[in-house]
Amino acid sequence: MKFVIQVNEGPYNHEASTSALNFVRAALDAGHEVFRVFFYHDGVNNSTRYTTPPQDDLHIVNTWSELASKHDLDLVVCVAAAQRRGIVDEGEQERNGKDGNNIAPGFRISGLGQLVEGCIQADRLMVFGD
Amino acid sequence: MSDIKNFLYLNRRAPYGTVYAWESLEVVLIGAAFEQDVSLAFVDDGVYQIMKGQDTSGLGIKNFSPTYSALGDYDVQKIYVEKESLDARGLTVEDLLDLKYEDEDDDWAEKDSIKVVSAEELAKLMDESDVVLSF
Amino acid sequence: MPILHTVNKSPFERDSLDSAIRHALKGSSVMLYEDGVYGAMKGTAFADKVSGAMKDVSFYVLGPDLKARGIDESKLIDGVKVVDYSGFVQLTVDNDKVSAWT
Repeated sequence: MKFVIQVNEGPYNHEASTSALNFVRAALDAGHEVFRVFFYHDGVNNSTRYTTPPQDDLHIVNTWSELASKHDLDLVVCVAAAQRRGIVDEGEQERNGKDGNNIAPGFRISGLGQLVEGCIQADRLMVFGD
Repeated sequence: MSDIKNFLYLNRRAPYGTVYAWESLEVVLIGAAFEQDVSLAFVDDGVYQIMKGQDTSGLGIKNFSPTYSALGDYDVQKIYVEKESLDARGLTVEDLLDLKYEDEDDDWAEKDSIKVVSAEELAKLMDESDVVLSF
Repeated sequence: MPILHTVNKSPFERDSLDSAIRHALKGSSVMLYEDGVYGAMKGTAFADKVSGAMKDVSFYVLGPDLKARGIDESKLIDGVKVVDYSGFVQLTVDNDKVSAWT
């Protein structure tokens, strides 16, 4: 089964991101394919590399980056939602005249079309939100 | 080889109090380029998204309700509004925007996009869809 | 074409469980997780609604979310099945598609 995952909320404020992480891990363990994870609304906040959670708590951003690296996952952050919330990669930094960027490893910024394409290509859409 | 899927966009939130109404509409607009079979469903507080007479000037934020009226140009012709949700909120279809599309199979005649349906009818429509997007 | 309806909010906070039940056709399933697990507990103001729906619809609840909240399985409505994340994944495979009631 091919999954596309939509994450609508940021780390910590809602359980959505950790639920999505746990679901993705279970899907991969069962031998399924995760075609894409699409971060929308405040979900884009899962992609900033500047979070410093307490040491004894789950580092949600790093866990996504590690999972992406280990399983070659496509983690896509919606450009429109990212611009609204200040998630910036080098391209956006240059395009919009920002003095820095903050995107974490394993994430890429792209358009909403990536979500729609994911829904067309995948067998199942899973939405994790508030 | 048909890649056309039946997309149902499930809208359950009121506008402005949260961003979901507007950002889900953005998906519909971008998604139009993929030429899938699109339906929108307004359920629970989602029915408030298409109330007419929205004026955000006192808040200083964007009034995005005119975008619903443009949906016909994006080939969105099926807009389902749940009757139980309207009734619970004391609303009728008269309180809603007059959303239209031009039917290319009927000499471009202008038709109503909104269909008021019961929860059971909506459940069947969901059942017939291929993918349900919620925000 | 059965749907898996997911509900992740407490029925006391949000009408998501109510809406999911209202749109769940016979033969479909409801998956309660995150704060939605409170909807699986017996003795609440919503328990009868869930029990009544169970005649036509299967109800599942995510074990790790129950445990996190200190809810023992003995406190669940009879007939609600506890699954772990691999069971959650399997439910999405066994049903035709997923509808998220957040």
